Amino acid sequence: MTHRGSRVLRVGSLSRVEGEGALHLRVHGGRVSEARLQIYEPPRFFEAFLRGRAYTEPPDITARVCGICPVAYQMSACAAVEDACGVSVGGQLAELRRLLYCGEWIESQTLHIYLLHAPDFLGCVSVIDLARTHRADVERGLRLKQTGNALMELLGGRAIHPVNVRVGGFHRAPTREELRPLYERLKRAMDDAWATVRWVSRFDFPDAACDEDFFALSEAGRYAIAAGTPTVLPGDGGPQRAFPVRDFSEHVVERQVPHSTGLQSELDGRRHLTGSLARYAINGRLLSPPARQAAREAGLGPVCRNPFRSIVVRAVEVLYAIDEAMRIIDAYERPPRPSVEVPPRAGTGHGATEAPRGLLYHRYTLDADGTVTDARLVPPTAQNQGAIEEDLRRLVQGAMDDGDPGDTELTALCERVIRNHDPCISCSTHFLELTVERV
Amino acid sequence: MSALPKLAVWKLASCDGCQLTLLDCEDELLTLSGQVEIAHFLEASSAADPGPYDLSLVEGSVTTAADAERVRHIRAVSRRLVTIGACATAGGIQALRNFADVEEFRAAVYARPDYIETLATSTPVSAHVPVDFELQGCPIDRRQLIEVITAHLAGRKPGIPGHSVCFECKRRGTVCVTVAHGTPCLGPVTHAGCGAICPAYGRGCYGCFGPSSSTNLPALIPRLRTDGLDDRDVLRLLRTFNAYAPAFAEASTALDRDEGSTP
Repeated sequence: MTHRGSRVLRVGSLSRVEGEGALHLRVHGGRVSEARLQIYEPPRFFEAFLRGRAYTEPPDITARVCGICPVAYQMSACAAVEDACGVSVGGQLAELRRLLYCGEWIESQTLHIYLLHAPDFLGCVSVIDLARTHRADVERGLRLKQTGNALMELLGGRAIHPVNVRVGGFHRAPTREELRPLYERLKRAMDDAWATVRWVSRFDFPDAACDEDFFALSEAGRYAIAAGTPTVLPGDGGPQRAFPVRDFSEHVVERQVPHSTGLQSELDGRRHLTGSLARYAINGRLLSPPARQAAREAGLGPVCRNPFRSIVVRAVEVLYAIDEAMRIIDAYERPPRPSVEVPPRAGTGHGATEAPRGLLYHRYTLDADGTVTDARLVPPTAQNQGAIEEDLRRLVQGAMDDGDPGDTELTALCERVIRNHDPCISCSTHFLELTVERV
Repeated sequence: MSALPKLAVWKLASCDGCQLTLLDCEDELLTLSGQVEIAHFLEASSAADPGPYDLSLVEGSVTTAADAERVRHIRAVSRRLVTIGACATAGGIQALRNFADVEEFRAAVYARPDYIETLATSTPVSAHVPVDFELQGCPIDRRQLIEVITAHLAGRKPGIPGHSVCFECKRRGTVCVTVAHGTPCLGPVTHAGCGAICPAYGRGCYGCFGPSSSTNLPALIPRLRTDGLDDRDVLRLLRTFNAYAPAFAEASTALDRDEGSTP
């Protein structure tokens, strides 16, 4: 194998990720000197045009940041606006929100597992290609994904950009009878979820470990989805710590880099990772008994730091979301009204929820009549970008040390590394604090 | 060599929701893959066929000089070009910049606006190249998408009626939210396709499918006022996901002139 001293590898368009991005890798004398995940998704200026909108509008408007996790945007927007107005939504309405979010977890995580990620482990270019050799597996994945969509369609009106969510709750709350058929369907989906965990846990995983601080919401007594306290599990073995959502911007500081329209961020001055690996490490003991059993059978310890195995954690989370959705439906009593009153007032509100890809933070400042005067959205991918680049640098370095792979092989490895993190690149939004990088 | 027609899916500035609609066709996806060759679809496949393609589906609006160039390339390598969704068909939500100062937007969002390349406008694909068919919706409807692809395969015109959401409410048996409850609703001027979900969930239509083929906004706006919206509310309602669609843009600009404030 030849060993070239210096080369630049460019992957023009990343495939099987959500949104558009490219990769730039620079290698000097066998050392990876630079690994840049470049987001060239054009900016869409959400934070600019949210100013001047009514406080009731962010749930519908910010859903359009991402077609793959619209519920996450709707839920973080509602939480932030309600916080600004001093209203909290509890009881069955909060449970219904969690139920809708379970639908998005099932749909979006299954999409990632089967359509974007699994083909990497089985040497296929796409799910269509995969269906040629693994037809039954693909059909199971599509069935499972459809169950998540059915839940979103019933509760939200449609799976992409649901219409039924509003500040204060819902436009219409379903009856128990309407939810019942869904319960039966989820029960059948449990078999598919178990089969998914078993299927992905037998994939061949490269050895790898990330050392980032994990960052996820935590909630007393249950696996955090639609609410919770931002919690950090340090990568260096230090003690877990938490801070109130309102202090988010003091801890997560974003900076703009020349090569990306998405921003990069640090948590208390360090690289951090949000998403399934972080959620599982911080909240894993709060999974339901079947989900804990699935994690055990799949060979996951209490903490999983191998990004390639994130597909297993996602499969466990799908199983949990199904179990949780069944629990909520079973205990559901239709609330007397589909939403609570949220009178506007001047102030700033903060909201964070767990998008399938990780913690999503919104902040809005309202004036007395409820007009938005300032908006800030911090999506998970912007937070994860530094961790993804470090993963790329480390794994490419490892591959170079083991014998210089060719460009095709290296490109495939890099794409896999990026897909491990389920990046959602459409959510390139904005920024706050400036650091100029001089290369 | 495959004898199947080649399908390509492209993305410009957008949320990915419309191309996701294709992946949400769980029941049809594998059947479809036996009838067309999915030759280029970055979100779904890492194999990319350089074309030419029989049918290109384009999601997203043109907001950069590079994308304006890209859309010309897509046109050149596509026998038929269909836009999918409000962004590709009407400029999308990001077309709100067309009514504002993009320099101010850029400075409000980015500390280093000079790093950010963008055009002053977000425009539909049809502003740049000829388009064979435009499928409306934010997001598009799955059934309509299947109809468009099927029609193409059969060499016929897609059966996508241009009537309003009101027809779908009637068909669904939903009681009119405006008549029964005085709820402001854009249904009378909004293109059908969603199945009239908002009224079925007890809210007025917010126009995410854009204008129907014949609209009468001057007649609807007084009704929206009667139902409790002030001009600023009406302006906001028209300026959301299809703000730059001609019928909505015209009406909102007229209101803006009277009102003198821009949301």
